[in-house]
Amino acid sequence: MTARTTGPTTGRSLMEGSEAIVRAAIVAGCRFFAGYPMTPFTEVLEHSARLLPDVGGVCMNAESELEAVGMAWGAAATGARAATGSTGQGLSLMQESLSELTMAEVPLVVFNMSRGQGDYFQATRGGGHGDYRHIVLAPQDVREAIELTQLAFHLADKWRNPVLVYGDYLLAHTQEAVTVAPLGFGTLPEKDWAVDGSRTGSGWSATVTPLGVAKLGQRQYGQEGKAQYIATKLPLLEREVRVETGYLDDAETVIVGFGTPAKFVKHAIDQLRDAGHRIGYVRPITLWPFPYGTVRDAAVNARVVGSFEISSGQLVDDVLIGVAGQAPVQHLGGVSSDHSGFGVGRLLDVDEIAMRILALHRGEAQPPVPGYEEFTYELAAHQQEATA
Amino acid sequence: MSTTLGPVLDATVAPTAGARLVEAHKPDLLLTEDHMLCPGCGEPLAVRVFLEAITELGLTRQAIAVAGIGCYTAFSGTVDVDLVQALHGRAPSVATGVKRMLPDSVVFTLQGDGDMVNEGLQEVLHTAARGERVTCILLNNGVFGETGGHMTSTSVIGQRTKNTLDGRDADQHGYPILIGDLISRLDGAAYVARGSVHNAGAVARTKRMFRRAFETQVSGAGFSFVEVLTMCPTGWFVPTADGPGELQRTLAEVHVMGELKVDGRIRTTEELHEENVSRQREVEAKLAAGGLDT
Repeated sequence: MTARTTGPTTGRSLMEGSEAIVRAAIVAGCRFFAGYPMTPFTEVLEHSARLLPDVGGVCMNAESELEAVGMAWGAAATGARAATGSTGQGLSLMQESLSELTMAEVPLVVFNMSRGQGDYFQATRGGGHGDYRHIVLAPQDVREAIELTQLAFHLADKWRNPVLVYGDYLLAHTQEAVTVAPLGFGTLPEKDWAVDGSRTGSGWSATVTPLGVAKLGQRQYGQEGKAQYIATKLPLLEREVRVETGYLDDAETVIVGFGTPAKFVKHAIDQLRDAGHRIGYVRPITLWPFPYGTVRDAAVNARVVGSFEISSGQLVDDVLIGVAGQAPVQHLGGVSSDHSGFGVGRLLDVDEIAMRILALHRGEAQPPVPGYEEFTYELAAHQQEATA
Repeated sequence: MSTTLGPVLDATVAPTAGARLVEAHKPDLLLTEDHMLCPGCGEPLAVRVFLEAITELGLTRQAIAVAGIGCYTAFSGTVDVDLVQALHGRAPSVATGVKRMLPDSVVFTLQGDGDMVNEGLQEVLHTAARGERVTCILLNNGVFGETGGHMTSTSVIGQRTKNTLDGRDADQHGYPILIGDLISRLDGAAYVARGSVHNAGAVARTKRMFRRAFETQVSGAGFSFVEVLTMCPTGWFVPTADGPGELQRTLAEVHVMGELKVDGRIRTTEELHEENVSRQREVEAKLAAGGLDT
């Protein structure tokens, strides 16, 4: 039984990822959360509603994802640490706000408890309009989620840029024995840009806006200027890249994977290593900025690079950019979930993954994705020429 | 015809007051007397009125604005108010987040009819239903002014706009939403009023509405809402000077002025009509008797 009154736990407690994330957010100082229920994100909202009031925080049961992100936007604009979240579907609804509040430099933390890895493009390319980037952190398990959730709040404040934490069904619902304790990441400047009403009427009131408008007498960016300002910030954000690697020294085959499936990949590679195969891995912890340099360095000495992901192939684009022609790249994996579309599919299995990695390593054809034999696209006569 | 050409003013006596600049008439919470909106626009009047109400109530150092997207957004850089710029339609949610983190502040949204009633209808309804301690301000001119004159959800039947060239037709374009009436039915709404800025009396009355709305927010009684009918001669395609008359003939006929909900009591359109007619008769009687001051 975990204590309810505060975010930090005393000693190790068995808890699901959703609760650990909320407790980590609270120890990071988060005092506002707004969300709308949707599997597998729902428990993040439940734990927020249960735990935030105990620390004087607020959890809003927003009437839609559009309202959730708007409320969190307003809370963050006051300088409070605030967060929202959903599944990828809900984040689709939030995209207009997520893009604009990035231009307004609102340091919001966003959780995606996704229904698989198919939201990689949404997370890293952004589903919204305009010229912006979000830092994206992809924990592999509950323990790492506790660290990365706290880091997310730090990075959001450090750069005044939204940070997305990319989780999934497995992360949200898996129970692990963990300790939630506050982590330090260094000091941050005062949020002198935030609104609190105290400067109203002073002649120097504050404006939090994506439009590049400032009060008369203050520096005016204009729309172009604000976008240029953000553009010059991005190369600095790229320095926040985080990556884990293993067995790269002599790896002939390099596998790239992220999130909870990457932990399966690592386990499969451990087994293959034990059997004498020279295989290594790269696990991006930040999906943006992506560790292109690490992938390139690994590819220089490799024969082949594989990208394992539970989707039709999105991460593989970044792997290709990183490898930059140094080695052939192959997409391993595919679409796989349970029948609900939310949960864990047949592909997320150490033996299945090991089989695929070994096939790549040996230069053999990839085994079919479980289920593809049943639901393969059927060509119509007029489409035959396309494959001729 | 006068035959005397002598002085009509006594130049031997000093003026009773010093010369005043336009600047001297601007509200304290405006950084400049200039604005970027069209001649004849009612929005600067409405902005002036609620800024004055904030100052008069002594709420200056706790006021926070959340602006929507419309012509009035041009004031975001010239109102001396801490301000969060929201997306089109989304200001009530942003205001909710601000207020929940700063319960002692006075938070208001500034939205137009396109912003609030078209794009963000559910936002304002849910915020009202929650009884959120914020004040939503609607500048309702029945048209998308910023895009150049297009139909909104409050445009009146028969109104010609750039996308209702033959006038708004109920069969094709549906009926206008009387947003104030809609909100007054929600239990979370504590104070709901609809003012206007088409003449001096309406401006004075609207300022009282703003005062009551902000007082309602401070008291913690619930959600407060002030709708202000504003002239848009540009978007109505009428001469500038015809704006106030056009407002009275069209917009105000459908969106009837008055306090729609006070202390939990909802007032019907008929009640508001009766009140407005008796007010008008009072004014006419006073004018007939020699002026409003008598």
